[in-house]
Amino acid sequence: MSLLRGVVAWGALALAIAVPLIAAAQSPLLQWREPLYVIAGFSGIVGLALLLVQPLLITGVLPGIPARRIHIWTGMALVFAVVVHVAGLWVTSPPDVVDVLLFRSPTPFSVWGAVAMWTLFATAILAAVRKQLGLRIWRLGHSVAAVVIVTGTVVHAWLIQGAMENVTKGALCVIVLGAGAWALCRRRVWRMLR
Amino acid sequence: MTTPNLTRRAVVSTAGAALLTSASGLTLPARAQTVAATPTMRGGANNYRPGAPIMERIGNGGFWTTGTVRRAGDGAPLAGRRIQVWAHTTEGHERDARSHGATLTDADGVFRIEMPQIVPAFGQPHAHLAYDAEYDDGGFETVFLRPVMERASDTSLHVEFVLRPV
Repeated sequence: MSLLRGVVAWGALALAIAVPLIAAAQSPLLQWREPLYVIAGFSGIVGLALLLVQPLLITGVLPGIPARRIHIWTGMALVFAVVVHVAGLWVTSPPDVVDVLLFRSPTPFSVWGAVAMWTLFATAILAAVRKQLGLRIWRLGHSVAAVVIVTGTVVHAWLIQGAMENVTKGALCVIVLGAGAWALCRRRVWRMLR
Repeated sequence: MTTPNLTRRAVVSTAGAALLTSASGLTLPARAQTVAATPTMRGGANNYRPGAPIMERIGNGGFWTTGTVRRAGDGAPLAGRRIQVWAHTTEGHERDARSHGATLTDADGVFRIEMPQIVPAFGQPHAHLAYDAEYDDGGFETVFLRPVMERASDTSLHVEFVLRPV
């Protein structure tokens, strides 16, 4: 029974990530983009997908792996994905990325991505020094940051007219939000407030 | 001669009302109808190439960018004004020289330039247009625009410039 549950959980996760990626790979926009721009865009989609993996690892629904340990590695992969995303866009159109980083971009989705990115970097630093922080500060800080990162990324992705196909993008966004909320509830983070 | 019998209440309420209307900007000076200048848009100048050549058509064409150039104030059409257009199209990225071209307005202040189909890039299907005082007879302030197309499938875009005299 638990084997079946494991197979279903892993299968569902693979499907949730693979379908939007495959749909985006069919986008007609890709033929008019240079490889680096395509890589930068897909790096963003991978980042969104990793935001689904992270809460699932922490709630322990994915059996057969050292989930806590992998959560750390996935976190590092997420930082890497964001760095590739921004660096690729920077090379493709430097002034547009500079505008985003200076919070003066005309596009409404940019600020959501920028806030999510800086929060992610702050979380990485927080994670590196978590032993010095104490459990309470670390768990509260990491949870608040996770909410900002997930919300910012989902709004950022949703507002973009890009390679992602709308239905699969919307579905992945909803699943990412749901998984994040569910993990917060399961872990009952608010206990730390007492 | 009779002096109006001003009560304190009348003085206070009249002064208060006068202060309120002037401070809130609810008053309009009486003047002829004026056309406001188009402000430069955020990000409008991104990937601009000063002095891009005047051409009939950018690349293989298929998409029309049209517009008018008028003078702020009286709205008079401005002839012979140089407008540069650039965008991410089916034939190139925004920063590529081949994605840029310029055209001049006709006697009615109208410009038209054919270019490859604009495709969404950096999250929005958009174009860039510039009126650069440096590459013109001058007399007007430089303006950079970044209009967003209503639909990515649109095959034309209309843009209006109203230039402020220097």
